[in-house]
Amino acid sequence: MEFLVASAIGVMTAAGIYLVLRARTFPVVIGLSLLTYATNLFLFATGRLAINLPPVIAADAAGYVDPLPQALVLTAIVISFGMTAVVVVMALRAYLETGNDHVDLPGDASPEASDDDWKQRGRKQAAGPGARKGGARA
Amino acid sequence: MNHALILPILVPAVVGALLVIVARHDRVLARVFSLVSMLAMLVIALGLFVSASDGSVRIYALGAWPAPFGIVLALDRLSALMLLLAAVLGLGVLLYAINGWDQRGKHFHPLYQFQLMGINGAFLTGDFFNLFVFFEILLIVSYGLMVHGGGGLRVKAGVQYVVTNLIGSSVFLIAVGLIYSVTGTLNMADLAVKVPQVPAADQALLQTGAVLLLLVFAVKAALVPLHFWLPGTYANAPGPVAALFAIMTKVGAYSIIRLYVLAFGAGAGEAAWLAAPWLLPAALVTLVLGMTGVLAARSLGQMASFAVIGSMGLLLATVAVFTAQATSAALYYLIHSTLAAGALFLIADLVVERRGPLRDRLVPAPRIAQGGLIATLFFIAAIAATGMPPLSGFLGKLLVLDAVRASAHAGWLWALILSTSLIAIVGFSRGGSIVFWKSHALPVAPAPAHRGGALPFVAVGGLLGCLTLLTVCAGPVHAWLELTAAQLYAPAGYIEAVLGTAGTVR
Repeated sequence: MEFLVASAIGVMTAAGIYLVLRARTFPVVIGLSLLTYATNLFLFATGRLAINLPPVIAADAAGYVDPLPQALVLTAIVISFGMTAVVVVMALRAYLETGNDHVDLPGDASPEASDDDWKQRGRKQAAGPGARKGGARA
Repeated sequence: MNHALILPILVPAVVGALLVIVARHDRVLARVFSLVSMLAMLVIALGLFVSASDGSVRIYALGAWPAPFGIVLALDRLSALMLLLAAVLGLGVLLYAINGWDQRGKHFHPLYQFQLMGINGAFLTGDFFNLFVFFEILLIVSYGLMVHGGGGLRVKAGVQYVVTNLIGSSVFLIAVGLIYSVTGTLNMADLAVKVPQVPAADQALLQTGAVLLLLVFAVKAALVPLHFWLPGTYANAPGPVAALFAIMTKVGAYSIIRLYVLAFGAGAGEAAWLAAPWLLPAALVTLVLGMTGVLAARSLGQMASFAVIGSMGLLLATVAVFTAQATSAALYYLIHSTLAAGALFLIADLVVERRGPLRDRLVPAPRIAQGGLIATLFFIAAIAATGMPPLSGFLGKLLVLDAVRASAHAGWLWALILSTSLIAIVGFSRGGSIVFWKSHALPVAPAPAHRGGALPFVAVGGLLGCLTLLTVCAGPVHAWLELTAAQLYAPAGYIEAVLGTAGTVR
C-alpha cells in the first residue's frame, strides 16, 4: 500500500509540475489541480497508513490512527477548490480581455502569443486587403 | 482571557461582511465604514503595542482549548509591531484610495478589509496550519485587489501571480505535512519543544520540511530565485494596491523571523540555524538584483517594485546573520522599507493619473499638474528608499552595517550593501530626473484630466511623516526593537506562555 500511495503522489506531482510549466492557461490550471490532489494525498499519508484501527483511542485496540491529517486534508480541499475557481475565472477573464490564452505577459517577447491572438486575427480578417491601415494598427 | 487579542482579526472580518451586505451601493457609507474600521484597527494595534511593551507574551486560546490541542493567537512584541505597521500603512493607503480611486471597481472596500484581516491574522497566529489559512485568506483577497479596475495586462499579470502563489500553497501544505508527520504538532511553540527531541533517523524529513517551508516564505518575501512574480505583479497592480502589498512581502519576512528563530534556533539540536546557510546567499543575490533592477526599470512602478525586492534582500541578509543585534537592526529597516515602498507606489500612482497614456514610463513628457509638489515628495521618498541621510533609510543601513560587523560574512555584507546603495542612488536619480526634470524642457501641453483633492497628498505626506518620525525617534524605537529581538532570541518565555496556560483563563 505504501508503494501504491507513494507512486500515486509522485506521478501526480510530476504530471502537475510538467503541466504547470506549459505556456497556456488551460494545462496550467489542470496542472495546479493535479498538484493539489497530490498534496492532499500526501497530507493524508502523514498520519501514517493503517487499516482497521480506531481514531484517537479505544480500550481494546493495539494502536490508533491520527485523525488530524484528515481534518487538515478537508481544509486543504476546501481552500484548493476555492482557489481553483478563482484561477479559472481569472484565466477566462485574461483570455477574453487580451485575446489569447498564453501565460506570458506581452512584454516577455512571445511572438506565438500574438499569432494566437483571436482579437487581432478577427480584426485583421475584418480589415481585409483593402483596408491596410486598420490591419496595420491591429 | 484578554479578548482584545482577536479584535484585529474580528473587526475587519465583521466590517468587511457588513460592507458587502449593507454598503454595496452606497459609496459614502462604504467609505465611512471602511475608514472607521481602519481607525479602530489603528487604535487596537496601538493598545496592543503598548500592552506588549511590558515584555510579556499574551495568549488567546480560541474556544479555551489549551495550547497544543487548540488554536492559539499569541501576541508578543514582534506581532504587536507588525500589527501597528500594517494599521499605519493600511490607513495611509485607504486615505489615498477614498479620494475617488475606490470607485474603479465595485468591491474595493470589502476586499480591503478582508486583506487586512488576513494580514493581521498571519501576524497573530501561533499555529502554522492556521498561518497557512491566513496566508490563503490574504492571498485570495489580494487576487481580487490585484485586478481591481481591470485591463487585459493587469489580469494577465494577475493570472501569473495566482498560479505562483497556488504552487506556493501546495508546497506550504507539503512542508506542514512533513513537519507534522515527524513532530506530531502544528503549534509553533510546541514545535520548538519537539524539534530537539526528533530522533536522528527523522532529521532528514524534518529538515526537508523546514527548508520547504523556508521556500514558501521566500516566495512571499520575493527572495531570488523566487522573486520573478513580484515586478510583474506590483508594477501592473493599481498603485494603492501595490502600496498595501508592500506589507505582504513583510509577512514572509515575519514568518521567517518567527519560525526559524523560535523553532529552528539555538535550542533546536541538529536542526539549529537551519535557515542561515540558505538564506544569506539568496538574500545577498536578491539585494544585488533588486537594486540593479532599480537602475534598469522602465517605469516608476517597476522601479518601486525592484526597490522592494532590494530592500527585502537587505532585510533578509541581516536576518540571516541570526543574532539579536542584527535582528533589531533588520526590524528597524523593515519598518522603514515598508513605509518607504508604500509612499513610492502611491507617488507613482499620482504620476500615472496625471500623465495620461504615458502612465509612469520613464520618458520625458510635458509638465504634469502639481508637478513641483509630486517631485518633492518623490525626492523625499527616493532619499528614504536609497538610504541617504538624513532619513531613516540611512539610519537603518547604518544599524545593519554595525550589527553585521561580527558576522563571518561581514565583508560580503558590507561590500554589497554599500555598492548596491550607490546603484540605487543612480537609478532613482535617473528615474526622477527623466520624469520630473526633463519635462521642463518640453512645451506645456494641456494636462489630461485627473482627480483633484488633497487626500492623496495627505496620505503620501503622512507616510513620509511617519518616516521622519521614525528618524527623529530612532533612539527610543531602536531601544524598543532591541528588547523585541532579545525576546525573540529567548524563546523560553514565548513557549512557556503558549504551553503553560493549559486551560487557565487570564
